[in-house]
Amino acid sequence: MKRWLPWVVAVVAIGWSLSHLRPARDTGIAVSEFGRLPVVFNGRLQPFDSVARNSLLQIRGKQTLREEGKPGTTTAMEWLLELMATPEKANARKVFRIDHPDLKALFGLPLEANEAAGDDGKHYSLDQLSLKFEGLREQSSVARSKEAVLRTPFEQAVLKLGDAVTLYLRLQNTLKPVNSQDFEADLVRYREVIPAGTEAFRERMAGRPFDTNALTGALNFAQQYLAMHGMEPPLVVSPHHPERERDNWMRTGEALLESSFPVALLRHLINEERIAEDEVDRLVEQAGTVPLHPSLPLFGKLTTAYAKGDVATFNSTLTAYRGTLTGAYDRELSKASQEQVFNRAQPFYTAMVLYIAAFLLACGFWFASSEPLRRTAWWLVMTAFVVHTAGLIARMWLEGRPPVTNLYSSAVFIGWGAVGLGLILERIWRNAIGLAVAGILSFASLIVAHHLAQSGDTMEMMRAVLDTNFWLATHVVIVTLGYAATYVAGFLSILYVLVGFSRRTMTPEFGRSLTRAVYGIICFATLFSFTGTVLGGIWADQSWGRFWGWDPKENGALIIVLWNALILHARWGGLVKERGIHLLSIAGNIVTSWSWFGTNMLGVGLHAYGFMDAAFKALMAFVVFNLVVIGLGYLPRPGRTNLAPAR
Amino acid sequence: MLRRALEVLSSLRLTVLLLGLGILLVFLGTLAQEPMGLYLVQERFFKSFFVDQIALSAAIRKGAHLLAIHMAPLPPEAYMAGPRIPVFPGGYLLGGLLVANLLAAHIRRFKFSWAKSGIFLTHVGLILLLLGQLFTDVLSRESQMSFREGDTRNYSEDFQKHELALIRDVEGTDRELVVAFPGTQLKPGAEIRHERLPFVLKVRQQFENADVRRRAPMVDTNREPAATQGAGPRFVIDPQPLTLEMDKKNQPAAVVELTGTSGSLGTWVVSPFLREQDLEGPAAGWRVELRPTRYYEPFSLKLLRTTHEDYRGTKVPKNFQSRVELDNPVTREKREIDIYMNNPLRYGGLTFYQFQMGREQLEAGGRGTSALQVVRNPSWLTPYFSTVLVFGGLMVQFLIHLVGFLGKRGRRAGAAATAGVSGAV
Repeated sequence: MKRWLPWVVAVVAIGWSLSHLRPARDTGIAVSEFGRLPVVFNGRLQPFDSVARNSLLQIRGKQTLREEGKPGTTTAMEWLLELMATPEKANARKVFRIDHPDLKALFGLPLEANEAAGDDGKHYSLDQLSLKFEGLREQSSVARSKEAVLRTPFEQAVLKLGDAVTLYLRLQNTLKPVNSQDFEADLVRYREVIPAGTEAFRERMAGRPFDTNALTGALNFAQQYLAMHGMEPPLVVSPHHPERERDNWMRTGEALLESSFPVALLRHLINEERIAEDEVDRLVEQAGTVPLHPSLPLFGKLTTAYAKGDVATFNSTLTAYRGTLTGAYDRELSKASQEQVFNRAQPFYTAMVLYIAAFLLACGFWFASSEPLRRTAWWLVMTAFVVHTAGLIARMWLEGRPPVTNLYSSAVFIGWGAVGLGLILERIWRNAIGLAVAGILSFASLIVAHHLAQSGDTMEMMRAVLDTNFWLATHVVIVTLGYAATYVAGFLSILYVLVGFSRRTMTPEFGRSLTRAVYGIICFATLFSFTGTVLGGIWADQSWGRFWGWDPKENGALIIVLWNALILHARWGGLVKERGIHLLSIAGNIVTSWSWFGTNMLGVGLHAYGFMDAAFKALMAFVVFNLVVIGLGYLPRPGRTNLAPAR
Repeated sequence: MLRRALEVLSSLRLTVLLLGLGILLVFLGTLAQEPMGLYLVQERFFKSFFVDQIALSAAIRKGAHLLAIHMAPLPPEAYMAGPRIPVFPGGYLLGGLLVANLLAAHIRRFKFSWAKSGIFLTHVGLILLLLGQLFTDVLSRESQMSFREGDTRNYSEDFQKHELALIRDVEGTDRELVVAFPGTQLKPGAEIRHERLPFVLKVRQQFENADVRRRAPMVDTNREPAATQGAGPRFVIDPQPLTLEMDKKNQPAAVVELTGTSGSLGTWVVSPFLREQDLEGPAAGWRVELRPTRYYEPFSLKLLRTTHEDYRGTKVPKNFQSRVELDNPVTREKREIDIYMNNPLRYGGLTFYQFQMGREQLEAGGRGTSALQVVRNPSWLTPYFSTVLVFGGLMVQFLIHLVGFLGKRGRRAGAAATAGVSGAV
């Protein structure tokens, strides 16, 4: 190997990572320009691009759309724009992923791939499903009536599909009512009927004779818009007064109704929601006096231009719409743009690829004993670490939160902590062990994070009780670092056992240095897991007056502390030697995984995230793997310092 | 012999054994939580000297269930049934032995030196933590104060316990005289008597958990009314199985008979579902109620305003906040305070936490309701001290290790510089 190898690979890796920051250029319809626009969904301000990606992930399990028998790939934003502007076209796209055979049978869906019909046997369109909505609703209500832990795989699949369909129908009503073919023209008519309609309404409320036709004409629109609002689509219409109600974004439906019959009034009249009588009088008096929100005609123009394929009008209207937000909503515009860049950069995916490459190079180093290989791996891990760190900082910036706020971010952070420790080890030993552990552990944790992201928005808002940056920054971060340290020790010990089969590599000196590393890291893990756990107790004491409540997650954290303490005391008492420490430390992987994931699968406790079937199987597989390695560790082998005298 | 026992008690072998058993205990207790409920698990696993065979069986069944081995969970009544045979060490035993082990080790062989100062500090912190938790178990009390906007409360109510209260207005004041008996005294056949009461109540029936509901006109024609007096004739009692679920409560009920000098004066049904009912005869002027046990305080809180915010366009709660007025006639304190998540009120040895929030649904613009969790815990500060001690101790100890380790490496560095890459041949 040549000395230039590390540099070339590093430059390529850095170039590849940076290439994701390149802005996307629109040809034709300005889709990515549209994707930068701010919208409020899941309780937080985000770009349309995030809504599109997270929704498609939930519906299809992927962030892009590739259909059988059709060329090319559709981006999430292209799909969402089509869904919002021309739902009748989007409904033919095969976006719903269905795996359960009984569920396919329920809908009478094709099971086999058929290129001519555009079927792949896994993905189906809304048109294919819509005939059987009644069946889906029935099955959903049966499944919903059961406790989560008792649901069969079929029922879980039903609920998942039900959620996906609901989300899809919500999104359809974002910019215009789903059944309005030409929203621009409809809006013109709506404006025309409002004055006479609201006047007739006032007459009727006062018990005087009124113009039935005028009232019906206006109410027909109102009905449509109320239904649209009731679907709970994303909030796209900016607040009227940025200086005093910045968070009050509106749904298109309620914004439309402001100008005729406000939502609260309509709901009062159909007995859905009661409001006080004087409030009713005020709203009746006001009906028809509020001018149409300036965003709405632009939405009309955008959707109609999109439907007609009028690229020039669409793009110029988009610029005009952005113009209406500029000035008053600069902060929101720039936040949405930043998040779009973050989405496209996909730092954790980039880092994941680099980590696994580095791991393979580190393994190669043990066989080829080539220092350039190790240096290459070093620079790959360093590049990945920088990308990983940048991603974490970007998330913190966008969320305004410490790095760990939910299970997803804990996985990202565990990987990050593991790399930090691995790099320190590598600086000390320079034998690729630290790199290998950093590489494989971060790769694995980012894979876990990737799967956790399937459930939707990873920057979800924090419930009131968790809404405290101080405790998130201290308790959660420290406990997560404790998890990371325990995993690093566990993976080092796995290497000790596996590499131990190669007598050439596992010299007594190497074995001893690994043991020292594991011991040191377990000390570190004890410190962090203890402190983090007790800080969690203090947070609980601050929140609801109970330092310790024997909650499953608390118990899990306590078990990690006890396990690390057990390893340390067993070593100090001379109960275990080199091999014993490693086998106990491998079992630490099981203990930590139990605390991190297993406790979420019990269906009880304040920290529970719901039962995760597939994750449970993965957890079991990981447990079995660790047990097998522990078993392997018991096999006698020549050259092992503590089993037989060398040679 | 004693020497040998002390040797065992102070050994690291025992430490490791206790830690291992502790891990198992916590694990089993976690498993048993879903079937048994948190309260019972705490009582039977952690706040006891031994775990009995029924509790252990609940944990094992749940574990098997997770591994898709079907074992039917025990019915809730089975958890309360006897006999209970100790089969595994409980939290108090393991915690006690750990403290004993630690103390014995320090007395027998631990010589204080700066090199071991970190370990010493850590262990002091741990003992403080364990003792603090023991005190918390014994001394702490959790209750709840729930009110509507405009209501004033000078008491909080227990989550679990109930009391039979006999109440009489004190003439000429706005005060009441209350004679309360613990719910545990309501055993069939028991007599309720007190020097302040000019009558005696006999317990005729008692239920651990029962719905007391209105007699439906067509459906319940064959059913006996719950009692003869007060609300009794209009209600029936539906006994319910015991519930162990965390978010449900057992609602006890009882039928009591009032006896005067001339014999029985009829029966009354009491239950938390019913309000105060007037008694008769020698008990005229007295009211009876079975209610959550109340803890009275020398000060009162008035709920002024509730604030409940969700994130825009979602049902995810963003903030619960209660504005209350504290009024203490003794100290002449009167001020307004905001209580919200992660910002409790600490006053008079109690801590008030924002717990639940709601709104009266009956009418438009109904009043907001709020429930505060009220905790009395004299040893609430011990975890704070012990964290500092343990964290400091571990830091000191590991830094001493690290410095020693780096020093050794530094001395070896010269030799390792060339052949340092292990495995490189």
